[in-house]
Amino acid sequence: MAQSILKAARVIRSKNSGPYELTLDIIFKNKRYYDLFRRRGIVTKKSIAALYRRPVKDVLKLLYFEPATALKITLRRPIPSGHPGETDIYGAQQHAPLLRITY
Amino acid sequence: MRKREDEFRVLSTTAILGYGFPQASFEAGLRRRPHLIAVDAGSTDPGPYYLGAGKSFTNRDAVKRDLRFMLKAGIARGIPVVIGSAGGSGARPHVDWCEAIVREIAREEKLKFRMAVVYADVDKRRVRAHLRKGEIVPLACVPPLDEETLDASINIVAQMGVEPLLQALDTGCDVVLAGRCYDPAVFAAPAIRRGFDPGLALHMGKILECAAIAATPGSGADCAMGTLKKDSFILEALNPKRKFTKASTAAHTLYEKSDPTHLPGPGGEIDLTDCTFTELPGGRVEVRGSRHVDSERYYVKLEGVRRAGFRTISVAGTRDPIMIASIDPILKAVEAQVRDILKAEKIAGRVCFHVYGRDGVMGALEPETEIRGHELGLVIEAVAPTERESESLCSLTRSTLLHYGYPGRISTAGNLAFPFSPSDVKMGEVFEFSLYHLMPVKDQGIFKIRTVRI
Repeated sequence: MAQSILKAARVIRSKNSGPYELTLDIIFKNKRYYDLFRRRGIVTKKSIAALYRRPVKDVLKLLYFEPATALKITLRRPIPSGHPGETDIYGAQQHAPLLRITY
Repeated sequence: MRKREDEFRVLSTTAILGYGFPQASFEAGLRRRPHLIAVDAGSTDPGPYYLGAGKSFTNRDAVKRDLRFMLKAGIARGIPVVIGSAGGSGARPHVDWCEAIVREIAREEKLKFRMAVVYADVDKRRVRAHLRKGEIVPLACVPPLDEETLDASINIVAQMGVEPLLQALDTGCDVVLAGRCYDPAVFAAPAIRRGFDPGLALHMGKILECAAIAATPGSGADCAMGTLKKDSFILEALNPKRKFTKASTAAHTLYEKSDPTHLPGPGGEIDLTDCTFTELPGGRVEVRGSRHVDSERYYVKLEGVRRAGFRTISVAGTRDPIMIASIDPILKAVEAQVRDILKAEKIAGRVCFHVYGRDGVMGALEPETEIRGHELGLVIEAVAPTERESESLCSLTRSTLLHYGYPGRISTAGNLAFPFSPSDVKMGEVFEFSLYHLMPVKDQGIFKIRTVRI
């Protein structure tokens, strides 16, 4: 049975990294979950692209950071922060699709 | 005396000047006899408007309250007070705004001191000269700069590194009020001046610029203390409710950055590849191994905006299930109809719909395609070159949508519920980022320093 990422993650958040990029942090509850996700490659650029309905090339970075037992993903913003038509100046509410991840 | 030089203690008051801090935390910080009281006042996070309009995104009374504590304590004890990215965006109008507040406090509290004001504004001619030599580098996802964009840009600033702040401190001033700064620079510069390692000083600054956000529970409205030593630094909270943990500190390294191990700044980057975090008793964390690596050429980051026009908005809701079921084609048809009228009237405007309940929050990134709610919130956003045109555009879109006869409509009295009369709100000028590029600098002459006796 697939488990929800909520079982493995302590923090799932999004934020601007400058006005042109969005950055997503998944901080795992412990090193065990961190290692599991890393080893099994549960999250990929391709899966993130699908979750956010963007081309894979818009997923700029996907990297693991052990000191924080975290996975970081950076996306190109479809519209830069604050430009006409943009919806989330701080980029702080773009994390929800990550809650669909299962393992 | 010798011992005092072995470490350098920095009191960071709040994540952004004007966010506030508990007086008890501030006093606990003062009891630790800091060598520096510093604060970062700015960010591009609230969007391009504030840089363009020359306004602060923080409240004047709140900024004055925070500054009053800092100036009074610093001047009475002979501790330098350094403020970075004054006024939020750190261009000349923002710095002037903050200087007026400093002078007001000095008058009210009868404080006498010397202050260095460091400007971060960059002359367009300088940018153009580098642009023509092909030396302006766009950051990730930013379009390359062209002369037309540069011409349209206003309030161009460069993020200063530690060097102009060192020059300002060398004038012997008690207070340094700086324009746009690399956030960690105000915390690091005075320590680097005392001979501490730049990698550790900047990494400590990177954490302290958010004050107690990196503690747990985190808060941007509480003080934090950093103690820099020869080959490490120690972070501690000043409120018994919080502590720094290995996890909270390491997690903060990720915050708002696209790469946690390589943090670029003016003239180089902080390399955290070999960085370690160790918990110490008393809710403290010791960090080791942060290194500063100079880049081959010294680059600063430029920030600038241009005016995109004026904005008028209208807020409305719809409760009709037939309309909700075909909201996309309806909005598309309304937009097309409005666009035709605009063309005939020769108005160069554009309209966007923010549909709350569908993709109002995520726009193009929204993966959910099904609408599950029984009502939708709509915000009509009309942007046009003049205020009058934006009002016309908003009004036209609002009335067209209100009475639009979509296929299957049975509620023929009107499609929208307006919570407000008047229904349309003028939002004023709209700006967008135009410059977010790197520019090489040979010396620090672009950052002008003025010293004043207050």
